[in-house]
Amino acid sequence: MSTPETTIAAPRTGRIDPKYTRGESGKGNFEMLAWLFMRVSGVILVVLVFVHIFSNLMVGDGISGIDFGFVAGKWAHPLWLFWDLALLWLAMLHGANGVRTIINDYAERDGVRFWLSMILYVATAAIIVLGTLVIFTFEPCMVDATGALLENSPAICR
Amino acid sequence: MSSATAQAPAKNGRGTLYRGHGGMWSWVGHRVTGVVIFFYLLVHVLDTAMVRVSPEAYDAVMESYKTWYFALGETALVAAVLFHALNGLRIILVDFWKGGTRHHKTLLWVVLALWAVLLIGFSVRHLTLAFGGH
Repeated sequence: MSTPETTIAAPRTGRIDPKYTRGESGKGNFEMLAWLFMRVSGVILVVLVFVHIFSNLMVGDGISGIDFGFVAGKWAHPLWLFWDLALLWLAMLHGANGVRTIINDYAERDGVRFWLSMILYVATAAIIVLGTLVIFTFEPCMVDATGALLENSPAICR
Repeated sequence: MSSATAQAPAKNGRGTLYRGHGGMWSWVGHRVTGVVIFFYLLVHVLDTAMVRVSPEAYDAVMESYKTWYFALGETALVAAVLFHALNGLRIILVDFWKGGTRHHKTLLWVVLALWAVLLIGFSVRHLTLAFGGH
């Protein structure tokens, strides 16, 4: 069949049987991008989350010092506003993709997998939208219908 | 190939490179802590959303976070976050660093050591603040 002079082609050259090629099913390389996103967002989240926990619980009065005024003080600075916004989006997308992977691993029946995924996507979208609205519409000095400052408002409002 | 070489001996669970060893348990730990953190995240956005209701509503929710049983829960949550973060960095090193697979056992011990040190540091400070003052 082959003579001694025949050379063997390097791997992956020439035509590959279509059943061994990936990415032709229309899904593209979504799963590879999701895998890469977990690593990239993961590294960023380590920094965002560690600083978030440290600045809220380890300095000053820690948990005892957290109230409405603490949040108002933090969000008076654009840095913390965008820090928390980045935390919200990256953590929610990172977590949702992780749970999506777990659903795909364990929910074997199509119907169960579909509905669990739908609940996950709807809950994730709702929380991201809610959190984003809270961050951008935050009002440190809230007043009631008569224009009076609400109870527990921070000192800067007076 | 005979079926004897294809099947992992079930008795001691040592038939494969992976099963029953640190790699498998860190994978289990990563999944469990990930799910716990995700569900807390949903709750955490909702409790923070109370700042759009009223200062009183937010302060009332925060009061529950200052109880002794929540303080213990927060410590458990940070234990989960620390493990997930450190083990996640280990996974990235195994995936992208040339020596990652060769040193994966050492990396896991480094993760566990750092986890213990950071968790002890956090617990002492947090529980002192939660139980001590006010």
